[in-house]
Amino acid sequence: MAVALFLVFAVIAVACAVNLVLQTHPIASAISLIGVMGSLGVLYLLLGGPFIAAVQVIVYAGAIMVLFTFVIMLLNAGAEKKTGRSQAARFLGVPLLVILLGLLSFVIQNLLPPTETVKFGQFTEGSPGDVGRVLFTRYLLPFEVTSVLILVAILGAIVLARKELD
Amino acid sequence: MPEAVPLSWYLILSATLFGLGAAGFLIRRNVITVFMSIELMLNAVNLSFVAFSYQFRQVDGHIFTFFVMVVAAAEAAVGLAIILTVFKNRATLQVDEISSLKN
Repeated sequence: MAVALFLVFAVIAVACAVNLVLQTHPIASAISLIGVMGSLGVLYLLLGGPFIAAVQVIVYAGAIMVLFTFVIMLLNAGAEKKTGRSQAARFLGVPLLVILLGLLSFVIQNLLPPTETVKFGQFTEGSPGDVGRVLFTRYLLPFEVTSVLILVAILGAIVLARKELD
Repeated sequence: MPEAVPLSWYLILSATLFGLGAAGFLIRRNVITVFMSIELMLNAVNLSFVAFSYQFRQVDGHIFTFFVMVVAAAEAAVGLAIILTVFKNRATLQVDEISSLKN
């Protein structure tokens, strides 16, 4: 059951990622990215992280992608213009990517022992309570620093996007 | 078909998504799509964080994923504001035409 779920959502994630790269219209890419994020949320659930799966859907697929879609609509971004690519990139790009990914898969497959498997329900430390306990004890300082980071980002976004008054 | 999913499958999926994100970053010409490819790469890294968190039976990987999401949210806000400003001044989204830093 877990294997079937993994395979289904891994295939959806890869298909959506390929679609993201191949589409020329940004709104189609944005929809594909939402597909990738949703299926990654399911994979997080399979890995025993209900909190992080919920945050993935709410923050990533919800907030960040709404921001992207909003900007695409606001700027009325159409399909991108074709620009000339070098001949080497056109013919070597895809084969080199496939070779790179094949080598990476080979190395990962050989480095990790095949006995290392993921069984649903064996790791239950990822519940919101456990994550919160670690976040507010061992990682309290980084957590506070991120709040400063968010504040700086808000200020930066406002300063960059405001209308010139004069 | 194996009984349970090997951990390496998750890492291979993560590497595949990262490679596709890097390819999109290199070949796309629309600055918003380039930005979305970066988000795809961040998501791929998050997946390997959570997978290793499972392997070591420690919740630290989830915390790091949480921090990566926070940084991605901040990055998206600032980056999209920059794109808005560039579009206001240049009226284009093509990365080839936004090259004034080169000269």
